[in-house]
Amino acid sequence: MSKLIMNRRGLLKSGAAVGAGVALPTIFTASSAAAYTNEPTGGAVTLGFNVPQTGPYADEGADELRAYMLAVKHLNGEGDGGMMNTFSSKALQGNGILGKKVEYVTGDTQTKSDAARASAQSMIQKDGAVMITGGSSSGVAIAVQGLCQEAGIIFMAGLTHSNDTTGKDKKANGFRHFFNGYMSGAALAPVLADMYGTDRAAYHLTADYTWGWTQQESIQAATEAKGWSTVANVLTPLTATDFSSYVAPVLNSGADVLVLNHYGGNMVNSLTSAVQFGLRDKMVNGKNFEIVVPLYSRLMARGAGENVKGIFGSTNWHWSLQDEGSKAFVKSFGEEYGFPPSQAAHTTYCQTLLYADACERAGTFNPCGVGEALEGFDFDGLGNGPTHYRAEDHQCFKDVLVVRGKENPTSEFDLLEVVQVTPRAQVEYAVDHPMFAGGALGACNPGS
Amino acid sequence: MKLMNDRTLLIIFAAFVLAAPLIFAPTGAAYPDLLQRFAIYGIFAIGFNILFGLTGYLSFGHAAFLGVGSYASVWMFKLLTMNIIPALILAVVMAGLFSLIIGYVSLRRSGIYFSILTLAFAQMSYNLAYSVLTPLTNGETGLQLRLDDPRYLDGASVEGTLPSTNLFGLEMKEVFWNPNILGYDLQFNYGYYVCAVLLIASFYIAMRIFRSPFGLMLRAVKTNQNRLRYTGINTRPYTLTAFVISGMFAGLAGGLLATMDPLAGAERMQWTVGGEVVLMVVLGGMGTLIGPILGAVFIKYFENIFSKINEGVLHSWFAIMPEWLDNTLVAIVSPFVGKGWHLTLGALFMIVVIFLPGGLVDGAKRIGGWITGANRRKAKAEAE
Repeated sequence: MSKLIMNRRGLLKSGAAVGAGVALPTIFTASSAAAYTNEPTGGAVTLGFNVPQTGPYADEGADELRAYMLAVKHLNGEGDGGMMNTFSSKALQGNGILGKKVEYVTGDTQTKSDAARASAQSMIQKDGAVMITGGSSSGVAIAVQGLCQEAGIIFMAGLTHSNDTTGKDKKANGFRHFFNGYMSGAALAPVLADMYGTDRAAYHLTADYTWGWTQQESIQAATEAKGWSTVANVLTPLTATDFSSYVAPVLNSGADVLVLNHYGGNMVNSLTSAVQFGLRDKMVNGKNFEIVVPLYSRLMARGAGENVKGIFGSTNWHWSLQDEGSKAFVKSFGEEYGFPPSQAAHTTYCQTLLYADACERAGTFNPCGVGEALEGFDFDGLGNGPTHYRAEDHQCFKDVLVVRGKENPTSEFDLLEVVQVTPRAQVEYAVDHPMFAGGALGACNPGS
Repeated sequence: MKLMNDRTLLIIFAAFVLAAPLIFAPTGAAYPDLLQRFAIYGIFAIGFNILFGLTGYLSFGHAAFLGVGSYASVWMFKLLTMNIIPALILAVVMAGLFSLIIGYVSLRRSGIYFSILTLAFAQMSYNLAYSVLTPLTNGETGLQLRLDDPRYLDGASVEGTLPSTNLFGLEMKEVFWNPNILGYDLQFNYGYYVCAVLLIASFYIAMRIFRSPFGLMLRAVKTNQNRLRYTGINTRPYTLTAFVISGMFAGLAGGLLATMDPLAGAERMQWTVGGEVVLMVVLGGMGTLIGPILGAVFIKYFENIFSKINEGVLHSWFAIMPEWLDNTLVAIVSPFVGKGWHLTLGALFMIVVIFLPGGLVDGAKRIGGWITGANRRKAKAEAE
């Protein structure tokens, strides 16, 4: 019995082995010594778009991918050019990057660090991507950023809001355009104090991972500075779908504000749960009970439906902004896909343009050169007003929007209204701020 | 005679594994990271097969040992040295200890109860790693190397850069030979060959276990455990040993994952990973030597290559066709590739389970039988 198995297997295998043996001594050329990892040598340059296509953040991922494809079109001189026309830097010509046509590969992060790194590795090793961008979760973004640092590739972070991405886990090869938990707190707290008073008691429900922790810490610090007190902070698993058992104790805790440090599907479920419990109709401590969602997105607002009306939060960008950059982006995105872009689409589009522009200005794809071009770069016209890429931690500083769920939406996209554009100065912080301390950028790594 | 055959099999297997960067070149899978994954998950599946294939005990908890191995390795990199030897040893030892504890409790039951117990332990480990033990595991973000880690045995590294994992100076991520053969740009990488050598060693150990009296006893457990008990044999030590051995294999695989890419995340412990290894073994052919490795390669290939095929790639495939046909074909094919890779894998898995209950090895056997049968008839016809 076993003898038979061996023979057949042997036959199959020896065939393959012979083939391999025959092929081995054939001509081979020595590899050219590249100056840095994946130096593009032909007429094209490959970018890697690594987004969640399955899992809880798949909606955000799909929108990010749309924006990436639009950005590639614009870089290659197709379409109407979008925000390239309003961008303050005029280095981009619409002929690709440094004269090379932009091509791209896509991958699925599955919102898991492991899968995301495997996907990024294949882009680097197999497809020769010279830059990786994407990620719709801070955990994933941090993991991929670490990988890119080791491989000698630039990482342009997508939707990641944790303080750690440019805080204790910052890397020299990683750059973030999106805002972070601290900025949300700094922008939101004054508005909340104006609207709800300075003597509120807050109860936090927090997603149990890096983003939830740092955002909760930021919001707590910012609101306490305005006189609020914090009753409790309860951590909820990211995978939770039923929040009723977390919401039920809130009313008897003496708190009069509920802060939901949740994102995506978590936020939709926890907010719905809180509203169904009738929290918003209650009076506590002689004040109307309120709910706050510090990080808002239109996709989430759509998921939560009616429940978002009147609820405050912050966002990186919103399609209803009326500056030239935003209008140009919304127009070309809308013409391409038939609906307005989300903040995730906006930040990834900007990141792609910023990378391409930095390459043009540096005259190279070398990560060290590109990094230098991005560090300390001041630009405008990308929808957020004058923006600064800080050299010390690779974080962008720009205005932050405080938004509120619209009472009378006119369409399925018109769900949020901008309450206040918080000026950049108000959300800035020192590089060695305690919430961001503990990490080091290290040196830029160009790889082999 | 039998030993001879085993030796031939081992040599052929070794040759195949060592030449993998060349063999996989036409499939687009011949880049170091994926080849390493093939080998690592091959080791994982081989170990799992020792438990599942021989004793029939279906464990859903092996992801926990994979995760333990990874965490142990990364801590070794952080504290001691970037040399991979201590990391791999600690990974195997820790996974062995964990599997001893979990196996001791779970093996009090068999069948579905055993599976549920291991699943419960795996879920528990996952939740511990995910939130409770955050200082040890860094929670959802995953344990990563940092510039300020002590690394007591290593000297100071170059300012501002993380040292690479290495085997006495050979860096795991380094490609030592980068020839261009038959138009394919091949990458021979140290990390892969470390995995390859360990895969061959694992294969050899598994083969010896399969052929040993111990292996026979495990098969007896699968066939009829009650009869063994009636004849006065206590089966528990055997099953526990098999459980610990397979746990150690999983620990080695986890350690290797961390060695090739120094990061350990909690999702490595999630039950889906434990389910994936079951799929690998069943798909490849449970209870066979080579099957689990085939299954591992198959699933990882799908996960990494199929998920990358987007519409742009499809259009380039069908570019020679007229545009309307191109668009139609793309519309038909695209739901099954890219983000739809799970769908294709699921369909293939169903086909395999329904038509080839013995897995891919069964399929190869049938094809082989068909070929040899056809050959025989041909020879007969010529003789007449």
